[in-house]
Amino acid sequence: MATRQTQFLARALLTPAVGLLFIWMIVPLALTLYFSTLHYSLLDPGSEAFVGLENFRYFLTDPAFLASLQNTLVLVGSVLALTILLGIPLALLMDQPVIGRNIVRLMVIAPFFVMPTVSALVWKNLLMHPVSGLFAWLAKLVGLTPIDWFTDAPLLAVILIVAWQWLPFATLILLTALQSLDEEQKEAAEMDGASALSSFIYITLPHMARPITVVILIETIFLLTVFAEIFVTTGGGPGLQTTNIAFLIYSQALIQFDVGSASAGGLVAVVIANIVAFFLVRIVGRNLEA
Amino acid sequence: MKYVLGAVCGASVLLAVPAMAETTLTIATVNNGDMIRMQGLTGEFTKQNPDITVKWVTLEENVLRQRVTTDIATKGGQFDVLTIGTYEVPIWAKKGWLVPLANLGADYDVADLLPKIKDAVSVDGKLYAAPFYGESSMVMYRTDLFDKAGLKMPENPTWDFVIDAAKKLTDKSAGTYGICLRGKAGWGENMAFLSAMANSYGARWFDEKWEPQFNTPEWKTTLTTYVNVMKEAGPPGASSNGFNENLALFNAGKCAMWIDATVAASFVTNPKESRVADKVGFALAPNTGLGKNANWLWAWSLAIPAGSKKSDVAEKFIAWATSKDYTKIVAAKEGWANVPPGTRTSLYQNPEYLKVAPFAKLTLASIDAADPNKPTVKPVPYVGVQYAAIPEFQGIGTQVGQQFSAALAGSMTVDAALAGAQSVTEREMKRAGYIK
Amino acid sequence: MARKETTQRVVISTIGAWFFGFLIFFPILWMVLASFKTELEAFAIPPSFLFFHWTTENYVTVQERSDYLHHAMNSIIIAGGSTLIALLIAIPAAWSMAFSPTKRTKDILLWMLSTKMMPPVGVLVPIYLIYKSFGLLDSRIGLVFILCLGNLPIVIWMLFTYFKEIPRDILEAARMDGATIGRELVYVLTPMAIPGLASTMLLNLILAWNEAFWTLNLATSDAAPLTTFIASYSSPEGLFWAKLSAASTLAIAPILVLGWFSQKQLVRGLTFGAVK
Repeated sequence: MATRQTQFLARALLTPAVGLLFIWMIVPLALTLYFSTLHYSLLDPGSEAFVGLENFRYFLTDPAFLASLQNTLVLVGSVLALTILLGIPLALLMDQPVIGRNIVRLMVIAPFFVMPTVSALVWKNLLMHPVSGLFAWLAKLVGLTPIDWFTDAPLLAVILIVAWQWLPFATLILLTALQSLDEEQKEAAEMDGASALSSFIYITLPHMARPITVVILIETIFLLTVFAEIFVTTGGGPGLQTTNIAFLIYSQALIQFDVGSASAGGLVAVVIANIVAFFLVRIVGRNLEA
Repeated sequence: MKYVLGAVCGASVLLAVPAMAETTLTIATVNNGDMIRMQGLTGEFTKQNPDITVKWVTLEENVLRQRVTTDIATKGGQFDVLTIGTYEVPIWAKKGWLVPLANLGADYDVADLLPKIKDAVSVDGKLYAAPFYGESSMVMYRTDLFDKAGLKMPENPTWDFVIDAAKKLTDKSAGTYGICLRGKAGWGENMAFLSAMANSYGARWFDEKWEPQFNTPEWKTTLTTYVNVMKEAGPPGASSNGFNENLALFNAGKCAMWIDATVAASFVTNPKESRVADKVGFALAPNTGLGKNANWLWAWSLAIPAGSKKSDVAEKFIAWATSKDYTKIVAAKEGWANVPPGTRTSLYQNPEYLKVAPFAKLTLASIDAADPNKPTVKPVPYVGVQYAAIPEFQGIGTQVGQQFSAALAGSMTVDAALAGAQSVTEREMKRAGYIK
Repeated sequence: MARKETTQRVVISTIGAWFFGFLIFFPILWMVLASFKTELEAFAIPPSFLFFHWTTENYVTVQERSDYLHHAMNSIIIAGGSTLIALLIAIPAAWSMAFSPTKRTKDILLWMLSTKMMPPVGVLVPIYLIYKSFGLLDSRIGLVFILCLGNLPIVIWMLFTYFKEIPRDILEAARMDGATIGRELVYVLTPMAIPGLASTMLLNLILAWNEAFWTLNLATSDAAPLTTFIASYSSPEGLFWAKLSAASTLAIAPILVLGWFSQKQLVRGLTFGAVK
């Protein structure tokens, strides 16, 4: 039972983290809030003037806004689906008796170590390039027309790159969970004559519910702000097909150097992130209750 | 031992009194080949100036631009020498962010700078940045393919000829494409090319009252021609190709023609990088007979941020790096073919340079053909050939670039892309207060 | 009783796992191969897999041009420093949330995570101005600080979920024996939490190592880590593929080697409390 003393100590221990995070959040947030009400172009300092909600109106009426919102959601959703749907069989496979498992595991983890810029450049130029890429060469080898990834399916191409980077993470967590699954349970099921499939559906899958939740939560946090992969490969185009919220704010902040509307955009992004988090917690958060 | 140390200390104190204390210069630059070479030659500069140490911050173009702009606008004071383009110079000079370069030294010979380039980095007759290398754009073509098809490239081709040749030279089954052009969205990517092309078709970004002009027939012809020729004779994936992607294609022998920066000439004729090094010819960027060729003007230049406490030393470095002597140092160490091009008249009169640079004549002619102060057939209120030198242009240019890149990818019609470009530009210009 | 491990099963799963493992690893292998090619060969079609003219000229160029060790050292200091400080702050916080939860614990946790969802570019200018006035631009301390705060929510959450898994009986027993909270933390909790601590640390090292927004925008030269090293090789005018591959190989090598040696810990502790 927690005594008053331990409770006090608990508070004391929690305070530095909460305090720091609070400052980290509140100071830039306050400044962002302040900037978002100003006409503030970095290229024209000294001309700052209070404009009220003008920056928000400007950001939200930008035709790119709705498109980028949609792209953000499609990107997050597809990458989540891909990493989980591929991660489960991959984890199952690696849970099998495999000769040289350590090496296989390292190969599977490796993409997680590569900087996003670098992996985007590798994929764009060496693999997906419609003329000199490896995929194009393979397609021609078997007599197919190479796919022109960044023209015909730009968003899909970005999704594939990002999914490749996050697949190791999902696989690892799912694998860890699998390895902790009670061997005896599985064996008992096997002895009862349960098929591999039904033991997967009735024993393994329910056991995976929590790790899947974790994968969804952590990945969502990072996927909402995917930027380098888009910047390097398509620059948000063609048109607005690969512009997501993070890229849109980037272009306000560091191409137009419009601090006012970038600040407004940043705040909009926070609101969106919180809405996503809210639904996420409602839908999958139950699994997080200890 | 103690005595030696003491003597050394004493000597250095003595030395330090008349000379200045050791100064460290932080120089921000782009990671292009010529700058990398300059970085490699730092020792030559510090040998002459032992009291100066140099620190390099070498970054890719986009990162450098965001870094340098953030720093100068917030007066962060992280850099002593900046590498900026002709787009930034007039804007920043007018803001008072740059120190005018008045003490470059007696033997610097400002009059030797190419007049067009000098104009581009001057405001009201004062030099605000020293050009490090300059470029225009031109046609690079495969002489072997032209010979085989029985075609002859004129020195000053028209668009009709170029388009016709592009169609004739395309052989998709063999992986040869008639023409490679930029398609990746960005004000410095596809819009650099398309703005220059539009100039040759008589179009302009804004009229005298800053009204955007994408609803004019000139722009429609430009974009239609571009999209059609790329569809018929361009490589797949063109909408994500920028300078480097096209360079790789051209060097691999996939393009019969490529219209892009003149600095590319030294890459495509370098046998270590190019498979077609001995089969490349050059011509001026095409025109339509209206008096403007489709070529741009750009110079990467060195400048000093206002408020720098080391501006004397910084100017010393700039004077060194953009001098005739620097050219000689590079020539002695790396050969004449590798000296930074496009800034000085004397270079184009140097027989040794002309001998190793078959592209020198056309580079100079292309630079001369571009006029940032009078870029278009009809009058315009802005300075700049492939850009309008106003702070808002980067943002507008990139958004318009996205529309045009979508038109190229076929996910949008030419008309829709032009309408989109028009409304985006109007929206931004209204916000910035140029038009009501 | 062990599961039946027939030879057939081992063979099939081994082939399958190696095949897919190789497939996932292939882009990286391809990059490493490209780093030993000439610029021209790196783009050649048809591509050469192993029978090309191997050269180390790219590595020589990279070494001549930039001080790899300086950047690597900064990366180690920044990534390591920010991870250690984050752990020091997070351990007590996670401990307190796991063992003396209040009604608001879950809200605090979610709020912490939500601080991570703001795109950093939205706050670049405010942070830049703050850093300028505190003289933190281009300082390792400044980067350690910002990366530490950026990763703190994840660290706290990982540790929280891990601590929650520790059987309470043991703690109760320790308390019955009269152990103080300090002793409880040091002698009981920490040893049990080592796998979780190890994997939290590793994951955050990776995240900090690859963080490429703040490090690029707040560091100039003294504090510049490997991300700026990479940025000086990507997309110049001209062919850059082989040199970038060499620089990237150098940049990921330390973290990959670390991953190699510590993958067991990484896997063991990467549970996020997900294992029941």
